[in-house]
This record gives sequence, C-alpha cells and structure tokens, in this order.
Amino acid sequence: MNQATWDLFLSSLGPIVLGALTGTIPLALVSFAVGLVLALLLALMRLSRRRWLSWTARVYISIVRGTPLLVQLFVIFYGLPSLGVVIDPWPSAVFAFSINVGGYAAEVIRAAILSVPKGQWEAAYMIGMSHRRALTRIILPQAARVSVPPLSNTFISLVKDTSLASLILVTELFRQAQQVAAFSQEFMLLYLEAALVYWVICLALSSVQGVLEKRLDRYVAH
Amino acid sequence: MSPTDRPEGTDSTAPGGAPAAEALLRVRGLQKSFGPNQVLQSIDLTVARGQVLALIGPSGSGKTTILRCLNGLELADGGTIDLAGELSVDFATAPTRNHLSALRDRSAMVFQHYNLFPHKTVLENVVEGPVIVQRRPKAEVEAEALALLERVGLTAKKDSYPFELSGGQQQRVGIVRALALRPQLLLFDEPTSSLDPELVGDVLRLIKELAVEGWSMVIVTHELEFAREVATEIAFVDGGRIVEHGDPKQVLRDPKQERTRQFLHRLLFPF
Repeated sequence: MNQATWDLFLSSLGPIVLGALTGTIPLALVSFAVGLVLALLLALMRLSRRRWLSWTARVYISIVRGTPLLVQLFVIFYGLPSLGVVIDPWPSAVFAFSINVGGYAAEVIRAAILSVPKGQWEAAYMIGMSHRRALTRIILPQAARVSVPPLSNTFISLVKDTSLASLILVTELFRQAQQVAAFSQEFMLLYLEAALVYWVICLALSSVQGVLEKRLDRYVAH
Repeated sequence: MSPTDRPEGTDSTAPGGAPAAEALLRVRGLQKSFGPNQVLQSIDLTVARGQVLALIGPSGSGKTTILRCLNGLELADGGTIDLAGELSVDFATAPTRNHLSALRDRSAMVFQHYNLFPHKTVLENVVEGPVIVQRRPKAEVEAEALALLERVGLTAKKDSYPFELSGGQQQRVGIVRALALRPQLLLFDEPTSSLDPELVGDVLRLIKELAVEGWSMVIVTHELEFAREVATEIAFVDGGRIVEHGDPKQVLRDPKQERTRQFLHRLLFPF
C-alpha cells in the first residue's frame, strides 16, 4: 500500500465512522428496539387462542419474511408518496427495518416461549398468578435466556442490512463510503474499508452477546 | 408455622383434633374428559380438616387429574368442589376465573417434577407467591420463609439456584413454597416419584411431620407403606372412578374389591 492510498484510507475513515455513529448504529438500535416490541406482540398474538389474532400475526410474518427487505424499503420510501404519504429517509428506514425485525424476531420469541416447560406455567398458576403475571415474571425471563443467541443473529443481520438505507438517501456508513469512492475513484479501497468497519461493529456486538449470555446463564447448570 | 397460625384458619381446634364431621373439602360427581376420553367418571370424596387422603391406583387412572382439578389447573366438566364451607364451585355451569383463582388461593400443590422457578433463588422461589400475588409485607414473608427453610435444613441454600440442589432438596423447597402460601389444603402429586431412592426418605419424613401437625392433605402416591402410615383414608382410583376407599390398614390389608386386590398384589409382587 503506497503513501497516497494510506492517506486516503485514513482521511476517509473519519466520514465512514461518522456515518456509522450517526447512521448505521442508531438506525439499527432504534429499529431493533421498535422491532422487538412489535415481535413480542406478534409472538403473543401468534400464541393466542383467538383465531383472528393468531392468523393476523401469521399473515404479517409470512408477508415480511416472504418479501425482500429492499422491496419493503422501496415501497415505503418511493411507493407511498404516490398515495400521498411522504416520509423522510430516516423514518422510512426505521419503519421498514422495524417491520422486518418484528416479523423475524416474532418467530424467535414464540419458539423461546414455547421452549419453557409447561410445568413452569402450572407452578406460576399454582402460586396464584394470573396469565399475564406468569408470563412476565416466570415465562419471559426464561424465554429471554433462550432467545439471546438467535436474537443476536437478527441484530447482526440488521446492522448489515442498514446499508440498504443508502439507497433511500440515508447518510450512513455505506453511503459515506460510496461518496468518497465516487469522488476518489478508489472503489476497492473504500468498499473494503466499509466492510472492515462493519466487521468491527459486529465483533463488538458478538462480545456483547457473550456478556449477555453469561449474565443470563447464572441459573443454568453447565 | 402450623396450620393454626393461619389467619384463614378461623377455627381454634387443635391440629388433628378437628371433629370428624367438619369437612374441609367435599367433592361431588367430579367429571373430566380429554376429547373422547373420559378420565374422571364421577368422583366423590371428602377430606375433613386435619386429615390426609391418599390416592393410589395405576398410571392413567385419573388420580393426578383429580388433584389438578382441585387446584384449578384442569377445568372439570361437571360436579362440584366445596372448600372450607365458604367456597363452592359448580363445574356444570362454567365457573368464572374468580372461582378458579379462589380454589388456588386456598390450596397449594407440590409437583412430581418440583417445577421450581430456575431463574429465581431458593428464597425468591418461596416468597414469590406471598409477596407478589398475596401482597404480604416482604420482610414478614422472608422471615417466615427463612424459618421454613431452616426447618427443612436448607438455610444454607437460600441464595442458591434450583440447579445447584439435589432432587430431594428441590422437592423440599417445593414443599416450603407450598407452605409459604398458607393454604388450607396441601396437594401432593407423586412427590417422590422422580427422586433417587436414597432421597425419598427425607421428603416422606417431612410430609409425615406436616400430617402430624394437622395439615389437611391429598396425596397421590405409589408409596403404599407411606400411605398406610400417614393417611387417615386411602382411596383406590381406577378407570376414573374411586373403586374403594376407607381406612388405610383395612384397604391395604384386606381390600373388598377384586380390582384393588389385583393392583396391590402386582405392587407387592412385581415379578
């Protein structure tokens, strides 16, 4: 690597990391938080004995998982304006990513809830708990432990998927890299650099996952 | 804590000395089907205050289902359950959620597989119901829970998680968790069936002590020797009916029904 390339690498690191800090990371965090709430709701609907609730959730999940995220993003940002609904890039991205995470994480959470033995529900009822209290105090804490690894997967995928937001003009990591690349014509360097920053973020996330699992593991036999 | 400490225990009769006429639990015509399979035909049974009823019988005979109906874990299709003369649930008319929770408020169950909450410590397992559901003062409940844990020799384990305990210890915590709810009726569902043989004794001894103290209980068990010693009455359940019931010594030594005789013979001489 010659001096000029190295200089370009260093000088473009600023805007790329800034894109990560102001675009990629907050976009992923906010979408994941909203998506998780949605997912919990969908999982409970899916498990509900009321047919119309579980079917509504089923259909939602099927549509979200059966269509590309890029298409969802374009429908919201480029499609909705033709119906008179114009949403800014950032909220559009959050909207699309949340909907997407909601669909995927719902199945993870549903499986985690089902993985808690039936005896736990019965013991909770036995000590007098209502369904809701049994769910929040006894079942969900145990389901949380089970769902950390798959939800971490979902989150890491989301972080990388936020690069799609560059296509609806959100200033994030990849869009910053693209702009520098277009200007300098150093495509290989800039895209590898973007990849490197994504990788570092995901490494950090993996270690957070490790810490989280360890914390939730304190009551599990090894 | 003995049953007479309970606020709900309005009578001042000494434990075990309750007049035989005073029924704590009265079940009439209890029926339950799972799909086409009628597991309880028409169950009648009565437990007087301070008495211990042991339910014996082959697997699938319905004895566990009886217990689960008493705790509202299973919704019976027909029949009535009266508890303490103050609560009457008629299952022919669909009982409300309040009825079921009233049943649960007055009884507590000890499970075959303990079903302790794995994410809570021993002490947290015991105080969860009294503090969170019954809304009793935490300090008072904890003091009571610690006294109960000391009684079963588990004070040192109060901050341990269930997975760190042996089966016998877990089941003793299960019993303490039930006692801490201050129920009027204790329900045991094969409390020693998933224990290693060498750990069975501790748990049975504890249940026996509770019986002597005057707790009212219904126990589903395969331990005939234990039932003979602890129960005031034995009921032999088969095919969803109570085939025979009466004094434990009489039923076990000299059963009147042929079916009971067969069952006992098979238990006593398995091969």
